[in-house]
Amino acid sequence: MSGGLYSMEGKDFDQTLDLKKIKPYGDTMNDGKAQLSFTLPVPCSDEAVEAAKQLLRKWGFDNPQVVYYKELTNGFTFFNCYGNCQQTVDFTSIHVPKVESDVMDMHECDAFVKEHIGRKVIVVGASTGTDAHTVGIDAIMNMKGYAGHYGLERYEMFEALNMGSQVPNEEIVAKAIELKADAILVSQTVTQKDVHIKNLVELVEMLEAEGLRDKIILCCGGPRITHELAQELGYDAGFGMNSFADNVASFIVQELAKRK
Amino acid sequence: MQKSKVGLDFQRVAHAKQVAANIAAEVQQFVNNYTTVAVERTICRLLGVDNVDENEVPLPNILVEQLKEKGALGEGILFFLGNAMVETGLQPQEIAEKIADGQLNITQLPVHNRSEIEKKLQPVIDQSIVIIKERRLRRENYLNTIGEGTKPYLYVIVATGNIYEDVVQAQAAARQGADIIAVIRTTGQSLLDYVPYGATTEGFGGTFATQENFRIMRKALDEVSEEVGRYIRLCNYCSGLCMPEIAVMGAFEGLDVMLNDALYGILFRDINMQRTLVDQYFSRIINGFAGVIINTGEDNYLTTADAFEQAHTVLASDCINEQLALMAGLPEEQMGLGHAFEMDPQLENGFLYELAQAQMTREIFPNAPLKYMPPTKFMTGNIFKGHIQDALFNMIGIWTNQGIQLLGMPTEAIHTPFMSDRYLSIENAKYIFGNMKNIGDEMEFKEGGIIRKRAQKVLDDTIELLEKLEKEGLFTALEKGIFGDVKRSKTGGKGLDGVAPKGENYFNSFVDLMKLKI
Repeated sequence: MSGGLYSMEGKDFDQTLDLKKIKPYGDTMNDGKAQLSFTLPVPCSDEAVEAAKQLLRKWGFDNPQVVYYKELTNGFTFFNCYGNCQQTVDFTSIHVPKVESDVMDMHECDAFVKEHIGRKVIVVGASTGTDAHTVGIDAIMNMKGYAGHYGLERYEMFEALNMGSQVPNEEIVAKAIELKADAILVSQTVTQKDVHIKNLVELVEMLEAEGLRDKIILCCGGPRITHELAQELGYDAGFGMNSFADNVASFIVQELAKRK
Repeated sequence: MQKSKVGLDFQRVAHAKQVAANIAAEVQQFVNNYTTVAVERTICRLLGVDNVDENEVPLPNILVEQLKEKGALGEGILFFLGNAMVETGLQPQEIAEKIADGQLNITQLPVHNRSEIEKKLQPVIDQSIVIIKERRLRRENYLNTIGEGTKPYLYVIVATGNIYEDVVQAQAAARQGADIIAVIRTTGQSLLDYVPYGATTEGFGGTFATQENFRIMRKALDEVSEEVGRYIRLCNYCSGLCMPEIAVMGAFEGLDVMLNDALYGILFRDINMQRTLVDQYFSRIINGFAGVIINTGEDNYLTTADAFEQAHTVLASDCINEQLALMAGLPEEQMGLGHAFEMDPQLENGFLYELAQAQMTREIFPNAPLKYMPPTKFMTGNIFKGHIQDALFNMIGIWTNQGIQLLGMPTEAIHTPFMSDRYLSIENAKYIFGNMKNIGDEMEFKEGGIIRKRAQKVLDDTIELLEKLEKEGLFTALEKGIFGDVKRSKTGGKGLDGVAPKGENYFNSFVDLMKLKI
């Protein structure tokens, strides 16, 4: 690498952490180091490299470095870059809406249900609309669960039905009515052209039309779902990446107890 | 006698295959007595019926719908269309257009005798057989002149939703070293009971499979094949509710690889099992005749069931799929039976178990271009670790001489591949395939070691499962949730209303003409 193995850059910047002005960390506080990779629709050339550097500057990076580049096919060049980010954010003023419940494990959830609800909690779930991906709903609902967190089917005090993939919204609503479900879980993985938003909103509207929206706890999940988005769309909770059955079950049982 | 590196007893393997053959024979007995709307639409297309009406409804659907409405589906379109040709003197396309205009009801014409009907159909039938044969020869000619990449073939997907953008991505991938380009279908197409028409530029998570899109992409791949001096195969999906119809479109347009698995549709798309097994039979006859490599979907079981605990369900399903394919005249050399690298990365010695299973699968299906699927379930969004997971997967691919290596992408679970993702994955595979090329010839596995024991255990479990399935029958097994932990009922799922028992007048000349003798 042309930059050499040892950093010879001067470090004449303030190296104290200020939470009101945080920036990326490479190996020294406030160095702002970040790595980026992207493709530009131009042939591989010195001009292409210069274009990549100029873009980095426009994005707020000082000292832009193109460490690797390669033409992927005629007219498209791929870059790996580093730069020193000059932008900062005020960490102290950030507020992210979160699912506000204590996270309990399976046994604690079951115990909570026995104590506060006194009957099994009924949950139906599915990957709805045209979405064919079941990884998310399976991770939350199936007996085995995911990464060592058992799914809802394994919970003693849960009656959990996983309807699988590509379930129309009408069907999950009908099933929820049939089983007198306490909660509906919807998983959405495909998010191209915001297809998940339309589908999630349609379900809320359908439940409202049936007069069920307030009677049922409605949750959605998926890699691109946040609690904030879920609430905007009219859901009680949203679960993004790194959520497990524990998170979902804990929310449902505490919400149910609260509503009783 | 074949020698096993993992200590397999080939008499046991032969026994497994015999049991699978018995299971498949029972299914085939059922299949022989039924037809479906998709099979009949396929025959329409084989008779040259194409295009859509003013509401975008494909003419094959209009024709077959007329039969279904009159309760005459079981008599078959070949009988009615042939009879209408004799009666009206018109060609199938002209008849279809008249039906679409509401001017003709082919179920109410005077009935002519069978030999007259068959004579009238003969030239039309011959014509489509010739088109498919020529397509096949065209591929073989390319393979004999410009040649192909070495196995494992590098298989990558394009999924922009726009066929013209797909072309850019596909040609780029071919230049980077890909051997097979799969155009992912738009989400939900498997549940459409018709095939859309024309070139399309809008799709979700993929691009509509249409005959025109097939033509556009095959042409683009011909161009780039000649440019790179290596035949680039095109893959699409004849699964879902239109299996045989898409198979015939692929046969007309020179597709090379087709996903083609009823079991997958039953389990993961909730398609009715009676419908899709009947559809599958005809689709595999067509694929066999057209020289198309099929891919089966066993790898998907491991996205819902545990890859370590349920490995034997994959092998059992491969055995059954092999027998069902043989019954449809599909040669072993065209069977891309599926399996996958899907064990939890946390599992100690997981690589050894994966290696054992891949070697075992290779030895059990020695002539099949096995389709080996990359890790997906445990891809987390950590692209750096994902790239290493894919590297381990690639090592096993070259080590055990897999046929088709579906390249994993570091950005799996994040987005459909960027051009650069594909480049990184191809670079990863080419590096490993070159650097470890002959490792499989050099390495042997320790007697009584982890790898041999694992392979033998999976085979034993498979035989036990197959014997159970033989007693119960495949339909019952599916109802009990044997595969992928998914339960499906015989009368549930989508598409059952498109199934009918064959009637007295039923005939399908294409089965005899196209089914290869194995």
